[in-house]
Amino acid sequence: MEILVCVKRVPTVGGRITLTGDGLGVDTRMSGFTISPHEECAVEEAVRITERLGGTVSVLTLGPESAIEQLRGALALGAGRAVLLETDGREYGPIATATAIASEIGSRAAAEPGYDLALFGNEASDTGDYQVGIRVAHLLGWPVVTGIKSLDVSADGVVARREYRGVEEAYSLPLPAVVTVKEGLNLPRYPSLPGRLRAKRAPVERVEIKDVSLPEGLRKTRLRVPEGGTHQATVLGEGVAAVPELVRVLDELGILS
Amino acid sequence: MKALVLLELEVPGDTAVDYQYPATGNPPQSSGTSLSAHADVTVTEASLRALGVGRALAGTGSLAAVVFGDADAGGGLPGVLAEHGVGDVYLVGSAVVAGYAPQAWARVIAGLIEETGATAVLAAATDRGNEVMAHLGAITGLPMAANCLSVSAPAPADGGYVITRQRWAGLLEEEAVLDAPVALLTVAAEAIPPTEADAPSGSGAPPEAAEVHRVVPDISGMAPSPGAVCAPAIPDGDLVVRAVESPVRDGGGGASLATARVVVGGGRGVGGADGFAPLEELASLLGGVVGVSRVVTSEGWRPHRQQVGQTGTKITPELYLACGISGAIQHIAGCSGAKHIIAINTDPGAPILAHADYAVIGDLHEIIPALVAAIRARSAAA
Ligand SMILES: Cc1cc2nc3c(=O)[nH]c(=O)nc-3n(C[C@H](O)[C@H](O)[C@H](O)COP(=O)(O)OP(=O)(O)OC[C@H]3O[C@@H](n4cnc5c(N)ncnc54)[C@H](O)[C@@H]3O)c2cc1C
Ligand SMILES: Nc1ncnc2c1ncn2[C@@H]1O[C@H](COP(=O)(O)O)[C@@H](O)[C@H]1O
Repeated sequence: MEILVCVKRVPTVGGRITLTGDGLGVDTRMSGFTISPHEECAVEEAVRITERLGGTVSVLTLGPESAIEQLRGALALGAGRAVLLETDGREYGPIATATAIASEIGSRAAAEPGYDLALFGNEASDTGDYQVGIRVAHLLGWPVVTGIKSLDVSADGVVARREYRGVEEAYSLPLPAVVTVKEGLNLPRYPSLPGRLRAKRAPVERVEIKDVSLPEGLRKTRLRVPEGGTHQATVLGEGVAAVPELVRVLDELGILS
Repeated sequence: MKALVLLELEVPGDTAVDYQYPATGNPPQSSGTSLSAHADVTVTEASLRALGVGRALAGTGSLAAVVFGDADAGGGLPGVLAEHGVGDVYLVGSAVVAGYAPQAWARVIAGLIEETGATAVLAAATDRGNEVMAHLGAITGLPMAANCLSVSAPAPADGGYVITRQRWAGLLEEEAVLDAPVALLTVAAEAIPPTEADAPSGSGAPPEAAEVHRVVPDISGMAPSPGAVCAPAIPDGDLVVRAVESPVRDGGGGASLATARVVVGGGRGVGGADGFAPLEELASLLGGVVGVSRVVTSEGWRPHRQQVGQTGTKITPELYLACGISGAIQHIAGCSGAKHIIAINTDPGAPILAHADYAVIGDLHEIIPALVAAIRARSAAA
């Protein structure tokens, strides 16, 4: 089973985000970088599948040279191969990103055994565009399903499951396929020490991006931090002494009827 | 300006439909989600809010809706939709696509764009809304803007539609210009206020009901009946990915976190896997379910499907009772759609208090059992 996992380098954010002076980006001078929890689960799932069925996990990112850090993170968890689609640091939108990733998947299939399965996050944590995986699938003519929380992979295909308004949905897809996943698919492992050492020395393939036009119809003009407001909850009291008051409020809100 | 909105429906008491699932070939022969059997089919709150944004965008233009499923044209739906300003509703029955098949749904909507001349298509930013709209973007080659909060009609001076949308799950808002012949948008429904049913802003008296157009399969040589619209031919490839639905396996009575009326939230303050019994008891007493923070799921105390937040479930209950939860922004991203929030926390400075309506300061291990006892005593007395 040849599996590709696509991950995106994003700033690690805590409770607050500071913007750059021009209001167009996130100030990352003080922050580290990471990938989204969805993508961590994608890497973990791919490693588990190949542990069971054999094959290789390749991890791919489109980004600046510094994104090699995120590729090494995935190598430490058990990915066997890493590909950097190197940009000059400009922001790639979802159409450009998908075009570049699909072209890399296509050219690999032409040269070597191609990928059987491409895993993506359901959405990236920074832009939250909800579409790169689907666009890649359309460019390749592969079936795709998103937001997956459980995956059974065999040589014949994959059965992917998710929940929708209290109903479980199962999807059967032939391979090759694209699946975008969500946190909760598994509990990702921590990297082992040998894993980290191996990742440090592992080669990273660098691929130059060709034929991608960046303007794609959606142009960011400004970012802003939404006002937090000065709202503060009405404190009903302390400890069990506040319980009667709490019951009264629950009743008033119509919760007890 | 003509806007088309994809609606998701709520079919009471019947959330799970068994579809026969052939490996290949024609759409599954199933009863489909036979909406005609249910008089009280409603549009989801999230879809109503998307409709509100679509109506504001359409302005004096027209607003249309598209619905998948065998909805009964004679039922209440067209009337309700008219109250929300919808002039035309396109019903896509199971003869065109049976069940949920995202790529085929998008193909049908692409056909409706041609048919109606719509210049904007909107859906609520739900799992399905985002998925179908992303397919539509891929099919049409158009950009798709997810999680929008507002959109204004395109003006040449602006260079297109001016939109605001959420990034970082709501930590940031982005202003952007969308320059496309047809705007594809999903709406971050839980982040915008509900819209009231209202007469359309156009001139004259509001219509009694939206005009219903059945979308029928494109079978050559057959003239569609009056008012019906032919769906575009759906390539087999679009039907490969189709949902087979069944009740949630470990569903706990089928009450789902996303739709629960009351959610009792537990965080790190619960202290461990065995600390949840009182929360469960309180939840069932209030007819609700338990939801948890990410700390709780990554510690393995509770399954991830109970997680509320950015990477968990977004909830929209009447009441969210957050116990031992600090209120990290990624958690708030999932519960800000709650109508009321009450926090129980030992720390009066916890960030959750800036999002809650009410708070009780103290140890949840004492307060929750006391609350359970008080509610029981109250109902015993009644
Ligand atoms: C990309 C990303 C995505 C994330 N997605 C999510 C998500 O979907 N959902 C989510 O929840 N988090 C998410 N997080 C994690 C989030 O940042 C916080 O770490 C997490 O929400 C904290 O959980 P908590 O409130 O239970 O724990 P803590 O922050 O440790 O808070 C515990 C609280 O319990 C109180 N407390 C302790 N003991 C008691 C007691 N006996 N009685 C009453 N109160 C008590 C404390 O005062 C404190 O306020 C995400 C983080 C990232 C980076
Ligand atoms: N620059 C990138 N490099 C690699 N994968 C990406 C990149 N951007 C997005 N993806 C993948 O596509 C998923 C969805 O992203 P998006 O559509 O931008 O929300 C992410 O979770 C990643 O798996």
